[in-house]
Formats: sequence, C-alpha cells, structure tokens
Amino acid sequence: MKKITTPLTDEIIGSLGAGDEVAISGIVYTARDAAHKRLCQLIEQKKELPIPIEGSVIYFVGPTPAPPGKPIGSAGPTTSSRMDSFSPMLLAAGLKGMIGKGYRNDTVREALKKYKAVHFAALGGAGALLSQYIISAEVVAYEDLGTEAIRKLEIKDFPATVAYDSTGGTVFKE
Amino acid sequence: MNMRTVKSEQIASAVEKLCIQSCLDLPKDVLDALQKAEKKESLDSAKKILNQLIENAKIAKEQKLPICQDTGLAVVFLRIGSQVKIEPQDQTISDAINKGVENGYEKGNLRKSVVAEPLNARKNTQTNTPAVIHTEIIPGDKIHITVMAKGGGCENKSRFKMFLPTDDREKIIDWVTQTAAQAGANACPPFVIGVGIGGDFEQCCLLSKKALLRNLNSQNTDPFYGQMEKDILQKINSLGIGPSGLGGDTTALAVSIETAPCHIASLPVAVNIECHAHRHSSIEI
Repeated sequence: MKKITTPLTDEIIGSLGAGDEVAISGIVYTARDAAHKRLCQLIEQKKELPIPIEGSVIYFVGPTPAPPGKPIGSAGPTTSSRMDSFSPMLLAAGLKGMIGKGYRNDTVREALKKYKAVHFAALGGAGALLSQYIISAEVVAYEDLGTEAIRKLEIKDFPATVAYDSTGGTVFKE
Repeated sequence: MNMRTVKSEQIASAVEKLCIQSCLDLPKDVLDALQKAEKKESLDSAKKILNQLIENAKIAKEQKLPICQDTGLAVVFLRIGSQVKIEPQDQTISDAINKGVENGYEKGNLRKSVVAEPLNARKNTQTNTPAVIHTEIIPGDKIHITVMAKGGGCENKSRFKMFLPTDDREKIIDWVTQTAAQAGANACPPFVIGVGIGGDFEQCCLLSKKALLRNLNSQNTDPFYGQMEKDILQKINSLGIGPSGLGGDTTALAVSIETAPCHIASLPVAVNIECHAHRHSSIEI
C-alpha cells in the first residue's frame, strides 16, 4: 500500500503503476456529469474555474446527505466512463488524478499519458465504508446541482487502486 | 363484495419505512451470497474486495448510512387486492406512494437522484419522486408493496433484444453472458442478473426486473429454465471479471429467469443488470 498526498506531483505520478494499491490523503474535489459539463464550458469560454485544477484530483461522486454528526453521507464512486468526453480537457488544464469506478476509453488513456496523470478505481457500491475515510466536506461550487455540486473533501488514507497509469498501463484485463 | 378501507397515509408511512430499510439494510439472501462467494473465491485480491463489501453492509446497518450513495430510483411493485378502497377518495394510491418516497428519502438522508425531465433542463426534483410504479390487481383485500432502490450504473448496462423464434437456448445464454461482460467493472460486479424471456417488448423488460425480486437461493420452477439459470451463472463466473472488475471467480451472485407466453413471430429477451448492492424490501398491509 503506497501512501500518497494531494496535490499530485509528476514525481508521485511517475511512481504509480497500474494495479498499485494506494491510500490517498489531502484535498480532492467532487464532480459528476453535470459539474463536468459546466467546468468544460468554462474552459471553452476561457473563463476561470471555480476550483484550483493544477495538480488536483477529482472524485466522481454524488454523496448522500450528511446525517447529524457526520461530515458526509455515503460516498462511493460513480461510473467513470460517463466523464470520458470531459476528462481530456480537464487533464489539459492541469488535472492530475481522478477517482471513479470502471473503465476509461482510449482517448482518456492517451490524455493520461500525454499530461502525466492517473486514474484510480475505488470500490463501487461501498459508499458507507468509503465515507469513513472522509474527514470534511464543503460545497464550493454549483450548489444548485444538489448532490452533483462540487465539494471540497478532505480525505485520509482513502483506499483506491491505480486503474490506469501515466504510461498506458491498466489493471483491467484487456 | 365487502370492501376494506385503507388510509392513504398508512400506505405513505409503509413506503417511507421501506425506502429507508432497503437503502440501509442489505437483504439476508444477498449478504449470505456475498459470504458464500467469499469462501469459494480463489483469488486473494477478490476475497479482500468481497470482505470489504460485507464490511460495508455492516457499517451501513450500524451507522445508518446508505449501503451505496446511489440510493436509486424507487421502483415500486404494487399488488393491490380488488376489495381495497383508498381513503380519502380524492387521492390515488400513486399519490400515497410518492408521498412515502418523498418522506423516506428526506428522513432517511437518502440521495435524491431523479430529474423532472430527461433531455432538456434535467432539473432534480429534490424529492426522489416520481417513483416508477408497477401495479397488479389481485384477489382479496390486502395491499402488497415492494420497494426496490435501483441504482443508475447497473441499470445503464441492461439490454433488450428480439431473437428469432427459431433461435435456441445457447444463443440466448451467450447473449446474456455478453451483456454481463459488457457491463463489466462499470456496473459494480458481482451482479444479480434478471432475465425476462417472452411476453412483448415492454412485458419482457418488466419480467427481467421482476426476476430480480426472487430470493437468490431460489430457482425457476420449470427445470428447463432452472438449468438455464445455472448454466448462465456458471458461464458469467468463468469470464474472470470478478468483484469490482479487478479479476476473480465471482462476477455474478445469481441469475433469475422469468418467462411469459409470446407471439408466434417473437422471442424477446431482456436482461436487467443489478449491482451487488441489491436493495429491496416488502410489506403487506
């Protein structure tokens, strides 16, 4: 198990190979379909993004509401492939990591190589378990999207596997 | 005919409880199937993931956290006795069910995952309503309600196909297996696979969803289809996709087939993919 901390540097990215189990700590930002669409529209219009993208990690998640006394509700990954058409643009803007479940397409894999970035797989359908690794959560953009709003999460030793590395490797059987 | 009066709020209250219970408490047959799979699994990394899923179910129950953050579309199966009368009369049973879903998703801190229309504004209704409601009229004066919290990731991988009436069982087995293979890591394996064979276009899809409601230890009462369920399960589990798509023997926990008579020209087949967080609860009023 490799312990890594965000923001991700080229050195960290270079040390990660497909299949590596990691424990991620630091800040990550949540975004799903609707938030991705808005972020990419801002990039196209050359406008400022509502989150710092350089070196950042985006977690594809729409959590359940936080019950009393907890920072967040259940918070596991959603299907990554729905973000395939948006991710290359964010990687070009400096995004270094994504956390989701399932496969990425060839265009994303090429972008991971080109921009030196990685994609992590977290355990799908285990939102109660994964919420235990989230220390704090705060909505920082697109509050109108409800669960799909962008949240700033502080995570500690969040378990994931390197699903696609920066050299074209993948943990999935091809 | 003697009519029995059931108050609308009684139905709403029952649905509210079912929504919360199904999202927090994994059914026993599903938990048992995960535990059984963990014992049988030959790959250590897959065993570890299955243990994490069992641990997840435990945390969910103890801490009252949803098993999965996708608390689903509420799919409600309603079987209503022909001797039941709903009061007040200006409310339909659908109104009562939707009230129950709204209250359950709010009080249970469940995620609201429904948009009011599909293509244009896609604005979240913020209530997780409307529910998808399937109604059947049955004899008697009881109401039987099942709520299934159906996640989007696995639903997205479900498929329908019109086969030729002369096609054989092997062809269908292969196609169902391919459907599971295409779902892969995206739909949260190990899956429960609901298969509908026969009926017409819409009945076939409904059968595939109803098949998911069967106990995972049951089999189709017709030995031909019972054997087919076993054969499909074995074939899917030989794909090597495994829990989370990271390899292993456990790609599906169960396959259930439900059938219906169909047109001489048709052989419709539907596959409803369900993730390992297979959540549903029932009550009789």
